[in-house]
Amino acid sequence: MNDWINLSALWQIVVVGLLAGAGLPALFAVGLRALSLPGAGGAAGTTRAGADDDDRVVGGSPLGLAVAVLCFAVVLAAVGWGIYLIVAAT
Amino acid sequence: MGNDTLLALVVVTALAFDFTNGFHDTGNAMATSIATGALGPRTAVALSGALNLIGAFLSLSVAATIASGLVATNLVTLTVVFAGLAGGIIWNLLTWFLGIPSSSSHALIGGVVGSTIAAAGGHAVKWHGLLQKVIIPAGLSPVIAGLVAATGTWLVYRISRGVHPKARSHGFRIGQIGSASMVSLAHGTNDAQKTMGIITLALIANGSLHSGAKAPFWVILTCALAISLGTYMGGWRVIRTLGKGLVEIESPQGMAAESSSAAVILLSSHFGYSLSTTHVATGSILGTGVGKKGAEVRWNVAGRMAVAWLFTLPAAGLVGAGAYGLAHVIGGNAGIVVVLVLLLAVAGLIYVRSRRTAVSHENVNAEWTGSVAPPTEAPKEVAAV
Repeated sequence: MNDWINLSALWQIVVVGLLAGAGLPALFAVGLRALSLPGAGGAAGTTRAGADDDDRVVGGSPLGLAVAVLCFAVVLAAVGWGIYLIVAAT
Repeated sequence: MGNDTLLALVVVTALAFDFTNGFHDTGNAMATSIATGALGPRTAVALSGALNLIGAFLSLSVAATIASGLVATNLVTLTVVFAGLAGGIIWNLLTWFLGIPSSSSHALIGGVVGSTIAAAGGHAVKWHGLLQKVIIPAGLSPVIAGLVAATGTWLVYRISRGVHPKARSHGFRIGQIGSASMVSLAHGTNDAQKTMGIITLALIANGSLHSGAKAPFWVILTCALAISLGTYMGGWRVIRTLGKGLVEIESPQGMAAESSSAAVILLSSHFGYSLSTTHVATGSILGTGVGKKGAEVRWNVAGRMAVAWLFTLPAAGLVGAGAYGLAHVIGGNAGIVVVLVLLLAVAGLIYVRSRRTAVSHENVNAEWTGSVAPPTEAPKEVAAV
């Protein structure tokens, strides 16, 4: 701890900032990837048929869907917890 | 004109500052969402305004520290607060006109410090506090935000590589609505409090509140409304610079940038640093440009901003000091009125000038051609000839 910079606050901001600020979007990306996994029936078919202007996010894989829901739930829970911390600090 | 009239004038001026704070900073939360099309421009400013309103009520921990930690409160008079606010407002309007996302917090702090120096001399300023709480965090925060955003961007692109680009873009646009909302909320918890702190300071200076008192409810309410209304007006010029000028942004980058901004702002205020949301948001957007391979980062635009940041504290300070000096030389309430008239005149002039090259929700996303205001007329004329 020094007189000008609160080093302990600084490293916590960096570490927690990386976890929340970079980790959560990364988790969101994992969810998105899982969600877009093509379904079991005709895996290649669905991606092909998608063509270029297909912006459907849901691929159809049940496992992918489950993983995606889990990822999005964790992201939402983290955000909710963050808001709770702010309100509780008052 | 008694003290109460002067107090009312200071409160109204503070709310006016809060309003400029709102529209100057809409871009911090919403620029990237507007640029990627995640939200329509008018939906974005309405959402951001509403969340700023809620955010202002969520947390009140920073409120009084903004001024009391930086200047000796016993030397602060209503005239000092008024002159400081004038400095903050003028700098905010000027940078908005130029489309530069400078820090509203620095404008306010600079203005108040400047007018305090003019009134009571340099010893009335807590220089150590100013360096420790304002200047050093201002230097560090964009770098940290940039680092977080660059890491997030890299991870997000790496992970979502297998997803079809169109689907990816669609998915992240949905995510962006969430992350942009968080930044708006964070902005409300942070920036609305700065004006609440200033009004509380004015009430204490006037003897209406005992020193150390918390912000009364009507102060919280009016500040929340002022910043929310300002946000809703949308500072389109600044939004354009942030969303289009710095980096060409795709939705995954937008979400990474907003997440980084929200995390860094909320964490810092948790540790008692009321840092500039503008510096954080700009750092994040630059970081997201660095984190994506092949993305173009317009460093000359970033450089222009950095210069404006360096000037914000001293420039707002000079205006604040000048405003105090003028009010003091003329003396009494007449002095205040003269400063007020000048303030209104400058604000009006800047507004009129801005109408000539207006940026609105209609042209905010136009191709970046090196200027804040898109050249709307020129191409049509060429086509006509």
